[in-house]
Amino acid sequence: MVGQKLAGSRIRERRLDRGLRQAAVAETVGISASYLNLIEHNRRRIGGKLLTNIARVLEVEPALLIEGADTETLDGMRTAASVFGKDVEVARAEELAARYPGWATLIADQAQRIAALQAQVQALGDRMAHDPQLSGALHDVITAVSGIRSTAAILVGPEDLDADWQKRFHQNIHDDSLRLAASGEAIVALLAAPEADLAGAAAPTEQVWAWLAQTGFHVTALEDERETPQSICAAAGLGPAATSILLPYLTRYAADVAALPMGRFAKLARDTGYDPSQIALQTGARFDQVLRRLASLPAGEGHPPIGLAQCDASGTLQVFKQIAGFALPRFGGTCPLWPVFSALARPEQPFQQDVVLPDGEETRLRCFAVSNLQALPHLGAPPTATSTMIVVAHPPDHGPAPLPIGISCRICPRMGCESRREPALTGVAPG
Amino acid sequence: MGKRVLLIEDEPNIIEAISFILSRDGWTVHIHEDGTTAVDKVRAMPPDMIILDVMLPGRSGFDILRDLRGDDTTKSIPVMMLTARGQDKDRELAMRLGANLFMTKPFSNTEVRDHVRDLIGA
Repeated sequence: MVGQKLAGSRIRERRLDRGLRQAAVAETVGISASYLNLIEHNRRRIGGKLLTNIARVLEVEPALLIEGADTETLDGMRTAASVFGKDVEVARAEELAARYPGWATLIADQAQRIAALQAQVQALGDRMAHDPQLSGALHDVITAVSGIRSTAAILVGPEDLDADWQKRFHQNIHDDSLRLAASGEAIVALLAAPEADLAGAAAPTEQVWAWLAQTGFHVTALEDERETPQSICAAAGLGPAATSILLPYLTRYAADVAALPMGRFAKLARDTGYDPSQIALQTGARFDQVLRRLASLPAGEGHPPIGLAQCDASGTLQVFKQIAGFALPRFGGTCPLWPVFSALARPEQPFQQDVVLPDGEETRLRCFAVSNLQALPHLGAPPTATSTMIVVAHPPDHGPAPLPIGISCRICPRMGCESRREPALTGVAPG
Repeated sequence: MGKRVLLIEDEPNIIEAISFILSRDGWTVHIHEDGTTAVDKVRAMPPDMIILDVMLPGRSGFDILRDLRGDDTTKSIPVMMLTARGQDKDRELAMRLGANLFMTKPFSNTEVRDHVRDLIGA
């Protein structure tokens, strides 16, 4: 494993950080300096008591020396390189993450932050250009200023004005000044948007995902039927577009709760090893309904992390619940090999597919997917298709050979992949 | 009676200011504030030139200009567009539709007066 392979690099880095000589550490743990040198250059594997002893000398948890950078951080670093970096040593991202995990996380987080800010700037730019309220307020300002400028120029001009004209023009300037003040206040109110409005800079779908992520995709108020989808939407504080997406999701969630109440469902999930086909057989529920209920199991009760993806016939993701290893690319399209997409080609046929990610740990995930067609009540209208997939972390057993997949072509090292849409970044592929 | 300028504009204070400036310069200023009936107004009594606002109630100044340029009785009347929308694309659209001049608000009184003199004298 790469994490294990680079444990030596982390030992060396930690030792140097602490200003310890190689020979001194070696002597303390009872090995030769040359052997420690081999370990530090990743030429000897390390574990057990020796690892514990070295970790104690270096005053660090043994796990921190063994564990490599997580997949999410590595993906974030590679994405940062693809978008913001030229001539970055992408191939050495893992080494950097292993040696300097804090800096690696910072790079990934900053890239994500920059991307989010760029999206926000874009959204605000669009808003400046197209927001009818803002446009109207600016028009009012310019109109009032035009009136004031022209009228004031007449008043201070060389022509003699009789008292009536002077009075009228003074009144006009007064009227326009009031209008200008009101328009100015309106613009300030529009631009000094509350945080909720800035959140509105994100796409409505992303707002809904963010809201659902806060609940862990487990909406307690619907589980115990304390609230209705409508009342939850009203309290969610989302904009009209996001609410129009959240309401049907919660309505379906409520129907899923009615069909498969959580208490009994959670026990059945445990008893069947989180096997949706077994649950569907025992409950008579639809397969997609079982998948959604598995993804809404509450956190902190010993259930495995379960991700969820749902897309329409175009492959556009409508719902997405992230777990470790199962993430959306920050830029560019998603890997087309995820079963949520291939399920569209085999409607109404539930299937299981283990997948393996191209990260250093070769993370293995178990996917269950099904796509469903729904006929519309119009002659000749094509049916709507919805594909639903759950992703279960840490599958308890090794089933058939897993399908090698990725997150996105740009950061995927699988050069021979026949589904590749675009080349990977230089350095992503193994050298 | 001086030559006639038709001011198609809906902002009362701007109407008053422009009317005053042009009247003092010897022009007869007629006012029309509604976009939907503006073309009929021009056809009924063709002026010597038109000052045309873009954002009018009922109909945009661009649509009005398009109709004026498509009608034999009105197509040669000089038109000066006047607008708070000073973006390049608006200017280009106005000129493509056949405006003689494109002025953005806020404007200077001298400029308005000079442009009117130029256009009617042309």
